[in-house]
Amino acid sequence: MSLPADNAPASRQAGVHEESRPSLTALLIDPSFWADWASVVGLVGLLILFGLTSPVFLTVANMQAMLLAAAILVVLSIGQTFVVATSGIDLSLAASVMLGAVILGLVNAAGLGIFAACVLAVLATSAIGLMNGVLITAGRIPDFVVTLGTLSGITGLGLILSGGEPTMVGSTFLLKLASGYLGPFGYPVWVAIAAVLVAHVALYHTRFGVHLLATGGQAESASALGIRTNRVKIAAYTISGFCAGIASILLVARIGSAEPQINTSLLLNSVAAVVLGGVSLFGGRASILGPAIGALMLTALVNGLTLLSVSAFYQPLAVGVIVVLAALIMRYQK
Amino acid sequence: MSTVNHIAPSEAILACQGLSKHFGGIRAFTDVGFQARRGEVTAVIGDNGAGKSTLIRCLVGVHVPDGGTIYFDGRQHPFSNPDEARKSGIETVHQNLALIDELTVAQNLFLNREIVRRIGPFALLDRKAMKDQARAMLSRLSINVPSVTQRVRRLSGGQRQAISICRAAGSGAKLVVMDEPTAALGVQETANVEALIRKLREQGVSVILISHNFDQVRRLSDQIWVMRAGKMVATVRSSETTGNELVAMVTGAA
Repeated sequence: MSLPADNAPASRQAGVHEESRPSLTALLIDPSFWADWASVVGLVGLLILFGLTSPVFLTVANMQAMLLAAAILVVLSIGQTFVVATSGIDLSLAASVMLGAVILGLVNAAGLGIFAACVLAVLATSAIGLMNGVLITAGRIPDFVVTLGTLSGITGLGLILSGGEPTMVGSTFLLKLASGYLGPFGYPVWVAIAAVLVAHVALYHTRFGVHLLATGGQAESASALGIRTNRVKIAAYTISGFCAGIASILLVARIGSAEPQINTSLLLNSVAAVVLGGVSLFGGRASILGPAIGALMLTALVNGLTLLSVSAFYQPLAVGVIVVLAALIMRYQK
Repeated sequence: MSTVNHIAPSEAILACQGLSKHFGGIRAFTDVGFQARRGEVTAVIGDNGAGKSTLIRCLVGVHVPDGGTIYFDGRQHPFSNPDEARKSGIETVHQNLALIDELTVAQNLFLNREIVRRIGPFALLDRKAMKDQARAMLSRLSINVPSVTQRVRRLSGGQRQAISICRAAGSGAKLVVMDEPTAALGVQETANVEALIRKLREQGVSVILISHNFDQVRRLSDQIWVMRAGKMVATVRSSETTGNELVAMVTGAA
């Protein structure tokens, strides 16, 4: 406002000066800083911890393997981020990956070719996302209920289509995708990097991105300003479905077969990565890099614990503790 | 004084005749005639439930009236939704539905009318242009915020209201409608918003102001319209009335 009483003298020139950056010490004692950078701090902490305790952890080979293992989760976390940014949640994400994989396997086995199989898998999972979005907006059903229903529905569909049996997918294209390297990274890592870049541009440099955050922040205000919030939400769920499709291709490539089995840790970890990435579960606030680094951190955790020969039974426990801690820190986010 | 005298239509930016609105069996207002002159601040006052807010919502397309005609800028203009009204040049500053807390000042000022650059088939936000123009918009109205890249959440009530008004005025609106713009503000912040409204008028923007505050209305407006129990009962030049007279007209004691 125009009166000096409102502001410190230094900031009186309306918007002419950008906010000065706070000092480093001020940053370090500000809980908001830790909340915003939880995934980075966590990742660096884990790298140091496991680097000191395991001689193999920081080797190039292990780093490459870890990045490969993280690619699927990174792609899924991006999909989940778009949904969470609208203050929703997509519980059907891992089930969509399973259905995408089953469809990929069946279409390929039917002799339609691997490319048609991949395209159909992505189309199917995108359609599931679209359906989620329509049910939530037009059907006015809470996101939790809709995606939980979809989770169960497509689990059944996957079992029916596949007869409960895994389908081998012997494809040189997928084999190359899974094992080929371009420069320092395997192809799946490049896919994940491309997904991060595209999603980052979509979120920060397009009207859709701003409208997405506005919808998640205050849907009523956004629609009072003429933003079609329902369309934005449907788009977010469709993006989530699309990401599930890409992940299903990466998954089939990685394990060489399409299995009608849900990897529940993928769902939990996608939400966990989003929380670690500083994305508000109440919507309106999101980044792409944060969840991507969150996904890397969770993968590093599993990788490091395995290298230290800690029983696999401890991994979910560790993930759970970290996520709840991260959520606690988020409360201090400004 | 209590007769509703009419002005020449060419002078009116917004006018209505015989306007009625019912919600089921409940009558919000009937047979209302109202005019807001170009370049003036026009106030609508009345007790709670007199029908002020509903009238304004009908005028800007939130509600569709049951009967009567609305003229905007010399043409008959029934708006069927707020988007149409906005495109024709009426911006409304809502009481609560104003800003998105998690977005920055600049993002809020340009929400749903973002500036984009076309790169091939893609339209990317021109964030620098929006920030620069946001600064220009704010400084033109002497609105002070620490930075246009600050999240709105961290601003005071007065700053937020100023930004809502700035957004409404900054779109090149011919008419800005404000529903109780200072209801939730402190003394100092109210003074700031009032200064802002005066500034808008100086720049030739017509304003319709709904208020409970008779002193404020007399300070700010050129013409005052009084509603009571769903009717437009009087209109008066602000310079020719007193607070007591306004109270009498609102309560029906006159």
